[in-house]
Amino acid sequence: MVSHMTSLWPRIEPLLAKVQKPARYIGGEDGAQAPVHDAGKVAWLLLYPDAYEVGLPNQGLQILYEILNERDDALAERAYAPWLDMETEMRAAGVPLFSVDTHQPAAAFDVLAFNLSAELVYTNLLNCVDLAGVPVRAADRVNGSPLVIAGGHCAYNPEPLADFVDAFALGDGEEVVADITTAIAAHRGDRHAVLRALARVEGVYVPALYDVTYDGRSLVAITPKYDDVPAQVERRTIADLGEWPYPKQQLVPLTEVVHDRLNVEIFRGCTRGCRFCQAGMITRPVRERPAAQVRQMVSDGLQRTGYDEVSLTSLSSADYSGIGDVVGGIINDPACSGQVSVSLPSLRVDAFTVGIATEIQKVRRTGLTFAPEGGTWRMRQVINKLIREEDLYGAVESAFSQGWRRVKLYFLIGLPTETDEDVLGIGALARNCVAIGRKHNKNASVTVSVGGFVPKPHTPFQWFGQCSVAELQRKVNLLRDAVRKDRGVQLKWHDPKATLVEGIASRGDRRIGAVIESVWRAGGTFQEWSERFDVARWEAAMAEHGLSIEWYVNRDRERDERLPWAHISAGLHEDFLWHDWIDALAAAGVEDCRWTPCYDCGACTGYGIEHVVASPVPPAGGSQGTGQDLTNGEWVPVTLLETVSTSR
Amino acid sequence: MRLRIRFTKLGKIRWTSHRDIARMWERALRRTQLPAAYSEGFSPRPKISFGLALPTGGESLAEYLDIDLAEPVATAGLAERLSTALPGGLDVVRVAEADSRGSLQQDVTSCSWEIGVPSSTDLAALVDAGLAARELVVSRERKGHITEDDIRPAVKQLAVHDGRLVCELATQPRGVRPAELLGALGVVAASADIRRTHQWIERDGARWEPLPPDAPALNAQERAS
Repeated sequence: MVSHMTSLWPRIEPLLAKVQKPARYIGGEDGAQAPVHDAGKVAWLLLYPDAYEVGLPNQGLQILYEILNERDDALAERAYAPWLDMETEMRAAGVPLFSVDTHQPAAAFDVLAFNLSAELVYTNLLNCVDLAGVPVRAADRVNGSPLVIAGGHCAYNPEPLADFVDAFALGDGEEVVADITTAIAAHRGDRHAVLRALARVEGVYVPALYDVTYDGRSLVAITPKYDDVPAQVERRTIADLGEWPYPKQQLVPLTEVVHDRLNVEIFRGCTRGCRFCQAGMITRPVRERPAAQVRQMVSDGLQRTGYDEVSLTSLSSADYSGIGDVVGGIINDPACSGQVSVSLPSLRVDAFTVGIATEIQKVRRTGLTFAPEGGTWRMRQVINKLIREEDLYGAVESAFSQGWRRVKLYFLIGLPTETDEDVLGIGALARNCVAIGRKHNKNASVTVSVGGFVPKPHTPFQWFGQCSVAELQRKVNLLRDAVRKDRGVQLKWHDPKATLVEGIASRGDRRIGAVIESVWRAGGTFQEWSERFDVARWEAAMAEHGLSIEWYVNRDRERDERLPWAHISAGLHEDFLWHDWIDALAAAGVEDCRWTPCYDCGACTGYGIEHVVASPVPPAGGSQGTGQDLTNGEWVPVTLLETVSTSR
Repeated sequence: MRLRIRFTKLGKIRWTSHRDIARMWERALRRTQLPAAYSEGFSPRPKISFGLALPTGGESLAEYLDIDLAEPVATAGLAERLSTALPGGLDVVRVAEADSRGSLQQDVTSCSWEIGVPSSTDLAALVDAGLAARELVVSRERKGHITEDDIRPAVKQLAVHDGRLVCELATQPRGVRPAELLGALGVVAASADIRRTHQWIERDGARWEPLPPDAPALNAQERAS
């Protein structure tokens, strides 16, 4: 944007001796870029509004960082939320938020683009904008202020942040960043013209261009102010993941971060149809990366980075066609000299076989987490996570027999129709898993991790009223008492108060913006961190603005109610979601549409795209536990990838 | 075969920690495919051992590590290959085969430091006062207790050179950190600019570097085979 910008580094470095973990602020990672700013390029600052060690590994941010820097008309740098000690030093010394790549002031960029992966970072977004020296409220920004853009899964209910964010990008970011760059370049310096141009970009929502109407506390409508602004904003979806082999140069941090390993995304989207899972609903259809490209990205990535662990990421990695061959190929590759381990996040239990267990424990045993989510078969039918008890026991047996001493099980509580029997079923499953483990190792143990359920927008459960804090706590206590005497079962749970705030922020409307601002002004940053989280600030802010927690979070919603996110489309038909909700209440499961007839949810047909999978047959567990013969299914909209010989 | 490596830590990377540097080395070994010997157990790690930890924020011209290899390698050209595989600011000065008996932690007896202090400080007076002092007492926390130690015997050299404080501080029986010396001298330097220039091994009354940048090394030999 501005030529001859000067680095803030000489003013930043004297602060580093005074703070914890100074390496958070120095940049210099392998793969980091040092783009030259000039007036011909739209300058993006990609921000992850949490601590460096949490934000750095984010793959979405790294993908856009590379794509933008490859363009002739754009450049991108990165920034993360400075930790509290650094923020104090920066404010005292008058040092604004800066990029870690070339240490430019944030306000010198054209765009501050935030990655929103979780609701509890919302107050950090405000803090970062403020630290940049940019007005926190969009309405107070002027020509020349950077644009504040946000993307990521939380953008699917943009309303709570509508007062602070100029534009939201919905869906896959790979293509839309180019259109946003073009729109900004064409109208740079004229804020209103840029916003109007952005509103015409498919996948971009500009909240200031809509009027919001209420009737008392009910939301009535969110309507465009101008004819060329869409009444319904559609998401962007890339058709073929194989065209986007990013990141090509995954950042290798100089200091400790979470997920410190090579990450290769093997597919995007999931059609298992778990009804609680927003990610699975909003990222349809399934788009697999070709196996040959996965292998190439793994081998290039390991050689370039020197990592000894690779994670094959997706929403359900064992569902990847030929996952066994890919994992075996990496582990048994002589170039890896037996030192590279593979981790598969989001493993479905029905796909975790002794074969996979044997392969992944050859190098070192990475942690194993299974997510049955519900404690009884009835509960799992309601949420459509159709894992049979024997599937879970089989997976756990595979793990313990292959030398694991501990497995982690993840469950949700506060689900629709849940009874105490369902909650206690969690304890029974864990107890049985420990008994299986004890056959192989007398110290076998099971860690049960319980999270409170937040009914997310764009899921079949979006009409369901979230459990109150007291009720969630009662369920936790019930379970805790039930497993108290079970040696080998460790129970952990997510703070129900944090679940409440996630509900406020993810299910709220535009009026919640004032609440987020109040919490931020009261010092409520880094709410993802339990030592920093304070529910009292949120309760006080709700009261201050006359808003009812019960009304926003705990109340069941009617079908004819205008939901705050109804003008945002993830491609899913409202009647598909509603009928899936009715099926849920009847405890009726549905099969994975990758291999069975289409339910016409809208995700494929609406965008003229289809599933891209390499195998016409489902993997283990593909029948969703219904035992149904899937070979006689009707025509399914599937593009088959060219299969690659896997002989070694 | 054991390799001894001397490297620098200069520039922005000085803000990384000793543990961070260890991880960078593990990755660099895999990138260069050096056949490091690995430990046994659940989580095999390459057998590498470092010298005395450098305080985070300090630069150095003389960092060391020893690596045990599973099979011998030629050391010619290895310094350049390792430097390329390491992040900017870490540069390998020299690689040589090492005597596998001594450990850097035990052998090093003192370190030389260059310290930049705020320009308002009268360095000459500071040095004179430090050298004249019969004792230099610092408070240290050790296992939850505050103890008072006299570090004067550990100060083997104290001088001014090119406007910077130059000193040699003993590392045994207990190491003295440059920040502790500054504190004992009454220098308030929130962001003192500290650089380690040498590590020393005392043997047979003489002082040696574990691996000098160019001269023959103590108990070390090049291997060009």
